[in-house]
Order: sequence, then C-alpha cells, then structure tokens
Amino acid sequence: MKQAEVLIIGGGPAGLSAAIEAAKKGCQVTIVEANREAGGQLVKQTHKFFGSSQHHAGERGIDIVKTLIRQCGELGVEIMTDSVVAGIYDGKVIAVDHQLSLTEHEFIRIQAKKLIISTGASENAVRFPGWTLPGVMGAGAVQTMCNVHHVLPGKKILMIGSGSVGLIVSYQMMQAGAEIVGIIEALPHINGYAVHASKLTREGVPIYTGYTVKEAIGTDHVEKAVIAKVNPDWSLVPGSEITLDTDIIAIGAGLKPLTGMAYMAGCDFVFDKALGGWAPAHNKHMESTVDGVFVCGDTTGLEEASTAIEEGTLAGLGAAQSLGHVDEKTAEEENAAGWKRLNALRSGFKGEERVIAKNKQLREYEAYKGEEARA
Amino acid sequence: MSFMDHGIIELEELTSIGHYPSEERMRKGPVAVAECLQKIPCNPCESSCPFHAITIGEDISQLPCIDFEKCVGCSTCVTHCSGLAIFILNKSYSDTVGSVGFPYEYLMNFKKGDRVKAANRAGEYVCDATVKNIVLNEKSDHTAIVTLEVPIDQVDEVRTVYRERSK
Repeated sequence: MKQAEVLIIGGGPAGLSAAIEAAKKGCQVTIVEANREAGGQLVKQTHKFFGSSQHHAGERGIDIVKTLIRQCGELGVEIMTDSVVAGIYDGKVIAVDHQLSLTEHEFIRIQAKKLIISTGASENAVRFPGWTLPGVMGAGAVQTMCNVHHVLPGKKILMIGSGSVGLIVSYQMMQAGAEIVGIIEALPHINGYAVHASKLTREGVPIYTGYTVKEAIGTDHVEKAVIAKVNPDWSLVPGSEITLDTDIIAIGAGLKPLTGMAYMAGCDFVFDKALGGWAPAHNKHMESTVDGVFVCGDTTGLEEASTAIEEGTLAGLGAAQSLGHVDEKTAEEENAAGWKRLNALRSGFKGEERVIAKNKQLREYEAYKGEEARA
Repeated sequence: MSFMDHGIIELEELTSIGHYPSEERMRKGPVAVAECLQKIPCNPCESSCPFHAITIGEDISQLPCIDFEKCVGCSTCVTHCSGLAIFILNKSYSDTVGSVGFPYEYLMNFKKGDRVKAANRAGEYVCDATVKNIVLNEKSDHTAIVTLEVPIDQVDEVRTVYRERSK
C-alpha cells in the first residue's frame, strides 16, 4: 500500500498551505486533489486580496496560487490531481479514485500517518419557479466557466446575493464583457464588503436590496427574471414585481462547509450560522476530535482564502509537531504567531461574529475531549 | 440611507468624518482620497505610501486616514488598494478645469486625448470629459489609472467613465 506521512485531502489555499508548512518541517506530504489542477478557488480569483503584507494583501488569487504551487514543488510535496477520495477507513487508510482518462480510472489505497482535511465548501441553492431552466446556475459555476474555461456563460446576468461571491463574480463578469442587469439581495442591506459594491454601482449596476427572485421565465433557457420586494416576514410585496431581461441567473446565496470527509473520519461537529452551518470542532492546532485528523479552511467554517491559508499553515504545523518533526517550544511560538495573523483577518466588518463562532468550535473540542476522557 | 443600503457613498459621508480634502488643498495640486468607510482588515494603502501619508495602524481593520498635507497625489496607493477605492483629485489647473484619477480594470474603448462621458458614484452620466492620461505598466499589476479632465465643479462627483446600459 502507498504510504504518506501527511496526507492532505483537497489542494486549495488551506491544503497547499498545510502542505508547505508540514514539508518545511520535514514531513513527507501527499495532496489528493479532485480537480485537474490544484489551487481550489484561488485559480478563479482575479481580484486583489485584502489583508496586510503578512497575508499576500494586494496580490491577486491567481498569482498567490502560483507561489503556493511553486513552493510545494520546491519542497517535494506530491500532488495527485484528478483524484477523488472515495473513503476514509479505520487506521487512516484512504481510498482514492484516480481518473486516468475519460473512461479509465484506478483505485489506490494510501496509508496515512496524519490526515488533513481541507475540502472547502459548496454553494447553497435557491429554489424558485423556473429554477431548473438552463441558464440558472451557481455564481461559482459562472466564475469557473469564465475564469477557468474562458467561456462567458451569458451576456445579461442577474446575480442573486450581494455577499462577497455575488459582488466579486458580478465584477469579473463585467470585466469579461457581460452586463449585470441587477444584483438582488433579500436583506435590507448589502451583505458583502462595501468597496466591492461601490465598484459596481459606479458602473451603473443596480443593487436591489430587500428583493428576491420570484420566477425565471423562458422556453428552453432563461429569458426573463421576475424579482419582487420581500416583507420582513419574507413574504412578497404584492405589486412590487420588476421583470428583467436576462440570460443567466447566477445564485450567490452563500456557501456551506463541505464536510463529508470529516463526517466519514468521525469528527465531532458544531453548528454556527456565521461560519455557514455545521463544521468540525478543533483545537488550536486545527486537530479535530479524532486524533491525527486535522481540519482547516472552509471545511471548518466559511471564511476567505486568506484565512484558509493561515489555518492551513497552523494545521501543517500541528501535523508536523504531532509527528515529532518540530520541538514544542518552536511549535508553540509559531502557533501563537499564526493565531495572531488569523485574528488580524477576523476583525472589522463581520469579524467579531467569526471570532465568536471559532471560539465556540475550540470550546466544543475541549468539552468533547473532556467527556471522552471521563467515559 | 447609507452606503451599506445601496453601495453608493455620499460626499457628506466622507466630509463629515474629515476623510475628504479641503477645497483649498485640492486647489494646490493632486491629492488622494480613500472612499473606504467600512472597517475591513486591509492595509496595503498604508504600507505602499512612499510619503507615509496614510495611517491605519496596528489594527488593520481601522479606516485609512490620509494626511492631505503629506500627500502629494503620487497615486501609488491607487493601484495598491484592493478595494479600488482610492481616487486622485486635482483642482489646481485653472478656475474652470480639474481632474479625477481612478483605478480601472475593464477593457478600454478609449485612449488618451479622447472625449468620453463621465459618470458619478451611482454610474449616472454627469458631464463630458477628456482622457488626460492612462497609466498601465508593470507596477500597475493590471490596474490602470485613468485620469479624466472635467469641469472643476464635477471633480467631487466624477468617479469613472460612463457605461452605456441596455434599455
């Protein structure tokens, strides 16, 4: 059976950063990545990142990912692409379905000493009459088609949701030549960063706060969308309907942690709305309640690529420490520095609610471990 | 109503907290204004300023505060601002003409010297303008700085090139 000292499931910003940190400390690292290329959402993020110089601030995601993959290469990290983890078994054995071509694939079993789960997140759907028409798709899919495959999915896009994804994808579609016919937001205010919204409003994009989509109209694809005002009890305001010509309805209605692997590994979970729902509890080393299984990035709570990078670094350090590759004093110092960088990102707009939610995960870990010890 | 309801910052929201240069300062020459009113963890403007005119501080989610006397309007911060929220204003040319410099990351269907329509923060057409300059080099990292020459009373309003919309 193939062996891996540290096996990382998911090669996005968290997984790549975990790999770099663990490999720097002398671990033998393998990343299993489902897509054709590693990088996760970074490969689509053409905008410049927030943060400070400690967090790649001012750099574009598409450039940050090049740096991370280059570092992985220099450190001898193995990246298995086109490889989907099909199962996690007792004793940290994982089964990998490796796609060799369109029709051929092979199953590989890997024995890992430590597992790091960094599988990211999945998009939430919004259901409304007409939502199965071609042309209704996730905002992430729109972004993948355009920024990865260089296919503009439509010319007149209606965006549902004014969170970071809705605003940023709208901006990128305009850069690619589409018109944004509107951004609708059920909340009475913009849900994402105001500067991202201002970039769009000065280009004339209308942002309809307090609106939702009522239906999509079209014969074999979306041709029109009907939007309507929502009351505080989420019912529609009669007579408030506006019909917009559109060929794509993009749904940017938030994401939730992709936690299948963590469930399979037997991790204990915590629910928090601020982090997108259920996510695995962990300690300050990002180790879950299952010994030797670490979690980081959006898997353990919806945030941003910059926080995923910091959590990944902590997880990689934690795995290396637990394998005896780094002395306790150094590990503790570097862990504290990592948390300081993380906390800097968890400040300002929507920062405090994430700090509270993360503390809840840390407390749940302690409570679970306490009960486990008593049992 | 505030900018969080619709995304459009009102001039008063900037002036009321001293985040907008005085008329006198703009008459002296180019100066930067950061239209950044929401606490976000971000400080490249501060670290990029060669004149140390921008202060955010150790808590990187504080709002950027520009010292308009130290600022020379060099526009280094404009391309470093991840939020594309910094503009360069200048009312020093004459009593009738001023300029607005802004970050621009779209395909450009205009070039230096062209007459274009200019838009305000809401994307509405406000006046005609002349493209005074376009800076796009290796340091820009794909963020161009477009400077429009506009009537002096429109310097506080114009923030981009007007974009035609269908219907």
